[in-house]
Amino acid sequence: MRRAQLVVVGGGPAGLSAAAVAAGLGAEVMLVDDNETLGGQLIKQTHKFFGDKGHYCGVRGVDIATILSERAGEHSVTVLSATSVVGLYPGKVLGLANGDSFRKLGFESLVIATGAAENSIPFPGNDLPGVYGAGAVQTLMNVYGVRPGRRVLMVGSGNIGVIVSYQLLQAGIDVAAVVEALPAVGGYHVHAAKLVRLGVPILTSHTVKAALGAESVTGAVICRVDGRFRPVAGTDRRLKVDTICVAVGLTPLAELLWQAGCRMFHVPELGGHVAWHDEYMETSQPGIFVAGDVSGIEEASTAMLEGRVAGARAWERLNRRTRESRDIIDSARLELGSIRKGPFGEKATCGKQRLAECVPA
Amino acid sequence: MPSRTSEPDGRLDRHPILTFVRGRRLRFFFNDRPVYGYEGETIAAALVANGVKVFRHTEKLKRARGFFCAVGKCSSCLMIVDGRPNTMVCTEPLRDGCRVEQQTGRGRLA
Repeated sequence: MRRAQLVVVGGGPAGLSAAAVAAGLGAEVMLVDDNETLGGQLIKQTHKFFGDKGHYCGVRGVDIATILSERAGEHSVTVLSATSVVGLYPGKVLGLANGDSFRKLGFESLVIATGAAENSIPFPGNDLPGVYGAGAVQTLMNVYGVRPGRRVLMVGSGNIGVIVSYQLLQAGIDVAAVVEALPAVGGYHVHAAKLVRLGVPILTSHTVKAALGAESVTGAVICRVDGRFRPVAGTDRRLKVDTICVAVGLTPLAELLWQAGCRMFHVPELGGHVAWHDEYMETSQPGIFVAGDVSGIEEASTAMLEGRVAGARAWERLNRRTRESRDIIDSARLELGSIRKGPFGEKATCGKQRLAECVPA
Repeated sequence: MPSRTSEPDGRLDRHPILTFVRGRRLRFFFNDRPVYGYEGETIAAALVANGVKVFRHTEKLKRARGFFCAVGKCSSCLMIVDGRPNTMVCTEPLRDGCRVEQQTGRGRLA
């Protein structure tokens, strides 16, 4: 069985950053990802990133994926693509599956950056073909240039909901409406304002009540909800749509962390169960680190910074603390703090704080 | 091979900020019907481009299921590919000449 110094699971913004930093410091790094192409969800993100002092301000997500993958390549990270980590066993061993083959890979340190999966919400017909996750719509449109449908109802007005709605319009696809159960738009004002200017109604205090259709979506019923999210009688409205796009948040993909025996806590602000971790992203299991959405749902910018912290700290654990590793950690932590002070950082800050107050042992 | 130059309706050809670089055109089969896609696509993307929405029907209630998560997590897209059931077509690369069939229930291993 092969044993690597540092294994990084997940080749999205967090994992790629962790791998490049650790390899740059001199660690022998293997990066495992279940997709053919590295970049995680960045490869479908065609919008430009915000940030006042971040490294990637004004760059489109898809281009950041390329930059990060190249950087990992320059630092000679060994990449195992199209390979799923299917288990974590005692004695610091991972099980890897690639097609029909299975093998084991040992590690000294591990960074888990598996990301998150999309949530759904319960409504009759939510299993019909034509009901898609927002990420799936982005994949179809932005990666493959395939039309997900003709006319779309967007459920959720968080950042993903408003950004994907705008991307649908860019691709020439109708957005019938955006429904939002809360009384206010959740996402970036700039994206919501663009939608409104282009004539897309954003219906706050509204939800989807049902998807219509026998074999695939032919329509949707929406209605108003009260302050406790209960449907208001007599407010049903039918929309003629062939696609319902669900953008109602994400849940950390934490299976490996459970298997590793990490202390897990349920923190709603972070999207579900997350592993307790210290300020250097190390979990309650020494040598096992987390970074990105799996450590609490945020965004790609914070995922990259957490990846840098985890990668540098993992290297320190294997070697020693140096001026260079400290600089990487300190500057990334400083930047994380400044991003989380922004308008969309409040929830994550609160969640991370709540997690820090939990006792790991 | 039948000549067909125009793209099926399900493809985006013009986009203000993206250019779609498509690989070699491939012929494959959906329920024995020849359809076309491109190298570098997943089977699911090629099917949606061809207007196929229903990928399978469930075991008990025979409910239709299609594309949902696109990242190999939700198992909504399980189909029979080259005789092999339960293939997640949202992450399975399209191969020239592959035979893709709708699946009912759990599928049977040959």
